[in-house]
Amino acid sequence: MSTLFERIGGEAAVNVAVDKFYRRVLADDRINTFFDGVDMDKQAAKQKAFLTMVFGGPHHYTGLDMRQGHRHLVARGLNDSHFDAVVENLGATLKELGVSDADIAEVAALAETTRNDVLDR
Amino acid sequence: MPTLTLNEQRYSTEAGETVLAALLRQGEEIPHSCRSGVCRSCLLRATQGTPPALSQKAIKDTLRAQGYFLSCVAVPDEDLTVALPSADAVGHTRAILEQREQVAPAIYRLLLRHEEPFAFHAGQFVTLRRPDGLRRAYSLAVPPNPQRQLELHVRHIPGGALSTWLCRELALGTPVDLFGPEGSCFYVPGEPERPLLLIGTGTGLAPLWGIVQEALEQGHTGPLRLYHGSRHADGLYRQAELRALAAAHPNLHYTPCTSATGLRADAAAFADLPDTSGYRVYLCGHPEMVKSAQRKAFLLGASLADLYTDPFVRAATSVAADRA
Repeated sequence: MSTLFERIGGEAAVNVAVDKFYRRVLADDRINTFFDGVDMDKQAAKQKAFLTMVFGGPHHYTGLDMRQGHRHLVARGLNDSHFDAVVENLGATLKELGVSDADIAEVAALAETTRNDVLDR
Repeated sequence: MPTLTLNEQRYSTEAGETVLAALLRQGEEIPHSCRSGVCRSCLLRATQGTPPALSQKAIKDTLRAQGYFLSCVAVPDEDLTVALPSADAVGHTRAILEQREQVAPAIYRLLLRHEEPFAFHAGQFVTLRRPDGLRRAYSLAVPPNPQRQLELHVRHIPGGALSTWLCRELALGTPVDLFGPEGSCFYVPGEPERPLLLIGTGTGLAPLWGIVQEALEQGHTGPLRLYHGSRHADGLYRQAELRALAAAHPNLHYTPCTSATGLRADAAAFADLPDTSGYRVYLCGHPEMVKSAQRKAFLLGASLADLYTDPFVRAATSVAADRA
């Protein structure tokens, strides 16, 4: 029985997915202003950690990190609609990579576990 | 078991132990977080010895070429001397100012000869130190050469302490202390057919000029698209040399841009290249240009791993420069 992380393709897949996912997010006018001025290399490293986590891979995610890391964005108006847009972009990325709908649903469910931390409530 | 050396202290390793684990176990404080090769907090640099391939897989090739590795996934198979990225692990040499010419209203081209062997890649930067301790960083505009010559392009900033010293006061024949090299904006051999896009403003031409020469010396066959921007035409220095080089190398395309009368260099480049997939992209000079062009190049298809940037930050910090 393989894990979700293995089925998706492990670390190599994460590296490909980061590029595609981050490009989608930056091209999405609903959410891209939250990424204005960020250091793209640092942001990509964070996205890699996030994708590894939602793929069920090895990670050291803490709710506190997520909370503190997004608090300044919540102050700028980050809300459920933006979180939904990110999850939507994540799903579209995985679809593009040929991941099955069942696995995409599993990823979305893992992403969902971070919602309240990201939105600081 | 291999031995580790950090700050001239020697540390043992145990079977299967990572560099990070061994150093932490023996009381060193190394920044770290995920311990799974993802977050990059634990980046170290091997100054002697070769880190295991696995620990260099997920980092940029220019960092790899300088010996950087992720210590949390590095189980060493040979002795390593390592340094923290922030530590002063960079080299030092003295260089003699041999020649100085004004190439644009406020831009000087300086040629120096380094006294001791000094390894670097064209496009990296060195930090010059004035005898009173003031430091500024400048990019290296020619590849390593048997004459031991270094070329720097210096913008003379009115009232700029170090640039006034370099451009006006420093006498020919004077030795200068030089630290480095640093920076990850340079040519990496291995894929000679890859297209390269190089966009620079002002003295951001210096690293790009160096990268282009390095690529040509290494036999690069893919297109080299160089865009140099300046507000006015008189800031587009070295035009004759660049045109001559482009005439001698059909794969080199040189496009000078003046923003006062036409498109900015980055806008001109992306108008010509609406799809940057597969390109390696080098961006040097004005920080705002570098940042917006980085985002644009990525959105147009270039991979994050293929974006090399060197924003010239004009501020009086230890590394930042009056380069811009």
